[in-house]
Amino acid sequence: MADVKEKVEKHIDEVTVRFAGDSGDGMQLTGTQFSDTTAVLGNDLSTLPDYPAEIRAPAGTLYGVSGFQLHFSSEDIHTPGDVPDVLVAMNPAALKKNLPELRRNGLIIVNSDAFDKKNLKLAEYDSNPLEDGSLDGYEIMDIPITSLTFSALEDSPLSQKEKSRCKNFFALGLMYWLYNRPIDQTVNWIESKFKNKPDIIDANEKALKAGYNFGDITERFTTRYTIEPAKLKSGVYRNISGNEATALGFVVAAEKAGLQLFLGSYPITPASDILQYLSKYKEFGVKTFQAEDEISGIASAIGAAFGGSLAITTTSGPGLALKTEATGLAVMTELPLVIVNVQRGGPSTGLPTKTEQADLLQALYGRNGEAPVAVVAAATPSDCFDMSIEASRLALTYMSPVILLTDGYLANGSEPWKIPSIDSIPEIPVKFHTDVDSYQPYSRDENLVRPWAIPGTPGLEHRIGGLEKANITGNVSYDPDNHFEMIKVREEKIKKMANSIPDLEIEGDNDADILVIGWGGTYGAIKEAVMHSRKKGYKVAQAHFKYINPMPKNTEEVLKSFKHILLPEINMGQLAKVLKSEFLIPIIQFNVVRGLPFRVGDIEAKIVEVLGGKNE
Amino acid sequence: MSSTEIKTEKYTSKDFSSGQDVRWCPGCGDYSILAQVQRTLPNIENIVKEKVVWVSGIGCSSRFPYYMGTYGFHGIHGRAPAIATGLKIARPDLTVWVATGDGDLLSIGGNHFIHACRKNIDLKIILFNNRIYGLTKGQYSPTSEKGKVTKTSPYGSVDYPFNAISLALGSNATFVARSLDREPKHLAEMIDRAAAHKGLAFVEVYQNCNIFNDGAFELLTEKETKDDHVVILEHGKPMLFGKNKDKGIKLDGFTPVVVDLNDGRHTINDIIVHDEKDHGMVRAFILSHLTDDPNLPTPIGVFRQVFKPTYDEAMVEQIEQVKKKKGKGDLEKLLFATNTWEVSEN
Ligand SMILES: Cc1ncc(C[n+]2csc(CCOP(=O)(O)OP(=O)(O)O)c2C)c(N)n1
Ligand code: SF4
Repeated sequence: MADVKEKVEKHIDEVTVRFAGDSGDGMQLTGTQFSDTTAVLGNDLSTLPDYPAEIRAPAGTLYGVSGFQLHFSSEDIHTPGDVPDVLVAMNPAALKKNLPELRRNGLIIVNSDAFDKKNLKLAEYDSNPLEDGSLDGYEIMDIPITSLTFSALEDSPLSQKEKSRCKNFFALGLMYWLYNRPIDQTVNWIESKFKNKPDIIDANEKALKAGYNFGDITERFTTRYTIEPAKLKSGVYRNISGNEATALGFVVAAEKAGLQLFLGSYPITPASDILQYLSKYKEFGVKTFQAEDEISGIASAIGAAFGGSLAITTTSGPGLALKTEATGLAVMTELPLVIVNVQRGGPSTGLPTKTEQADLLQALYGRNGEAPVAVVAAATPSDCFDMSIEASRLALTYMSPVILLTDGYLANGSEPWKIPSIDSIPEIPVKFHTDVDSYQPYSRDENLVRPWAIPGTPGLEHRIGGLEKANITGNVSYDPDNHFEMIKVREEKIKKMANSIPDLEIEGDNDADILVIGWGGTYGAIKEAVMHSRKKGYKVAQAHFKYINPMPKNTEEVLKSFKHILLPEINMGQLAKVLKSEFLIPIIQFNVVRGLPFRVGDIEAKIVEVLGGKNE
Repeated sequence: MSSTEIKTEKYTSKDFSSGQDVRWCPGCGDYSILAQVQRTLPNIENIVKEKVVWVSGIGCSSRFPYYMGTYGFHGIHGRAPAIATGLKIARPDLTVWVATGDGDLLSIGGNHFIHACRKNIDLKIILFNNRIYGLTKGQYSPTSEKGKVTKTSPYGSVDYPFNAISLALGSNATFVARSLDREPKHLAEMIDRAAAHKGLAFVEVYQNCNIFNDGAFELLTEKETKDDHVVILEHGKPMLFGKNKDKGIKLDGFTPVVVDLNDGRHTINDIIVHDEKDHGMVRAFILSHLTDDPNLPTPIGVFRQVFKPTYDEAMVEQIEQVKKKKGKGDLEKLLFATNTWEVSEN
């Protein structure tokens, strides 16, 4: 064979890469570093971390595989990609687990050192897939990553075990070379992360560079890829995950309302990050209370709301179930409270690290009595920022609990976010009642909102609680007519919020043959599916619900102006149920509940099927 | 916060009444507790009425806040300590009291109670212990004695009861006391001392439910029997009781025993001198368990009062320290606090 020294530089528009290895292999870190570097290069991107619920499953096992998928592009993209083009597999289990999803002809980079007898057995391989021809059709790069890392670290004083831990940086360096990314950002990260451990800094940097240089000098990689920056709107960008965006949104909302932020919460995957982030922001005066359980989390937040804070509580599915009774108390006392539910797979403990949209009915109806609360949902990781501000605004303006739904996919996934200017975010006007003469605990303004009088205000001493209130005075009342009246008032108050929320927007063809609707974290997948089918010549439009209770005022009009309505949901049809009963319209459901985000291709196929077209 | 002025003239008990009709059963011990609270609060130094909040759960006793002329929050069953915790953390300037029952605090609310104690949140918790569920009409409670016959235990309950004082001590409460609804002066003193304590103050009040558990504490409250069945804890004083104060508690190793000072074998020097400031918990635990032995008198008074920084103070302090170190929060900085890149018009 002739020497192939000359490397070809190839421009491509987009690629989907998946890093996979043992949960101890540092794949989440590798993926995050690659994302951050890619973000700074100006590509649009979307990520999907996928990790097991076991913290440290035995090394090499199938159920211990941890993955991180990243889709990046020179164009506008909205999902982490259906099928990876490239798989980096650090061991046989990672290969076996991920191969079925890899694109036919895709590139597989494996750490061949890990393909020993023991690991092959753990991954339940009868023969070595690198040798038995089972990978024919794929482009295989079997690279002895472990031994190459060891030779790069020959001079390092670290132990063998510590050296072995650097192999993910070798893999990362190689990928940086392959996709033409600079390594300096990761070098900076390593230096600040391991500040007082010079040997570790040195070893990780050496491994990273060795990986990069290996790409350059090996004769096996003949092509190197470049992906131009995406044409995003001008501005300053950063990469952000949904949970971080949610936390930041609350800090901003509290400042915009001029209130102290209080969070009462109990750790639960995938919501814990929000508590962790907010615990850091002490310089903003944020008070975080790690409660003894979810009930205490919400109860403490209700106490703080009574005291005049912007009070929030964060949780995931099972935790929301525990907060049910106290949510009713917030409804009855008409206090502002934001309840965040980062949905995960259910029922019960379900799939703790996986995503789902199946808590919608719980959010809407999961309480005793007629207990309406506002429900809003974020559509993308960065939208979590806007929606946590919106949830706070609605809660404070209408003196009502508001449930903000996000999900595991939004929470952990990340994307570039155009950082808004603080001045462009409107203030949230809040006024504590102080006038003694005009005060009644349950008097109401034109929006049926009662005044917020906080302890410490002279002359306004009053008592509230969960027993039914007499309208205006707020005294305990068992009067049947008053009860009915109050039920209607509480319902009506939520409906009034519709006056201050945006209309449902139609994206795509106004005269489309089909409207694809959705809510929450499926926005990106639906959007790409709609875009693809339009490119194929179908007339398709999209409308996405971020406000679910109340719904935008034009909802009925929009829904009734299309022939077909398709609703993909990662549940068995929860929003469909609500819309069908509310508007008496037929809805074509598309429900896939696998603990994973939708595949664009699946939604696209469904659109084509509904329109009577042929799927190729 | 918006407190504009501090009232200078003296309050009276009327200022602490909401004026609402009190609706407990006639003869209920709750009336006495309400009266002592309303009588005691006005005399507390520097008290500002609008800064006082009463929080409760659910039960007869938990109706308490409605009758107080202060701010009040009638919560849900068992959750008063959690609601009060959030309020106190958010607003350390407020004085937050909790009114609760034995079912409310020790059954459904057990978890919140022990953690509020452990964290030393500056709350004043008054437990109305009638050893029965009143509001739900007479089922046994977690403080009912084993063998108690009630509607849900027609053959006698097989549960072992909680000892509320020992539970509070075990949870590291910094102030732990007990009193009786029928001892108004003593009760007022305990309320006063709880109010003065900085940190979590827990006061268990034995309260008669004359409808569902009448006479539960009769031996401790009736004139003829109480002297022989109650020992009053006073800091620095020997633990004497009996009509003529001629009986006392002696420690036999770790076992408390009653001795008669007239038997010629014992002197006052054998009697335990009560030390409520003892940071070690052994003696307080021994005292808390006197009630478990029918041959020993029931202590009332302060079992323990020690000082340590409160949770709400510590949180404020930490925030101040971080502000000092990092400077006051700047939103712009927060949003940009990571790798950013600029996209210009193209
Ligand atoms: C979640 C919930 N479970 C049960 C009840 C019913 N309930 C109300 S009060 C009570 C017990 C009250 O007993 P206790 O706390 O001793 O107060 P008391 O009425 O004796 O003062 C119960 C079981 C309730 N209101 N809420
Ligand atoms: S039931 Fe018992 S505790 Fe309740 S009010 Fe009547 S006497 Fe008091």
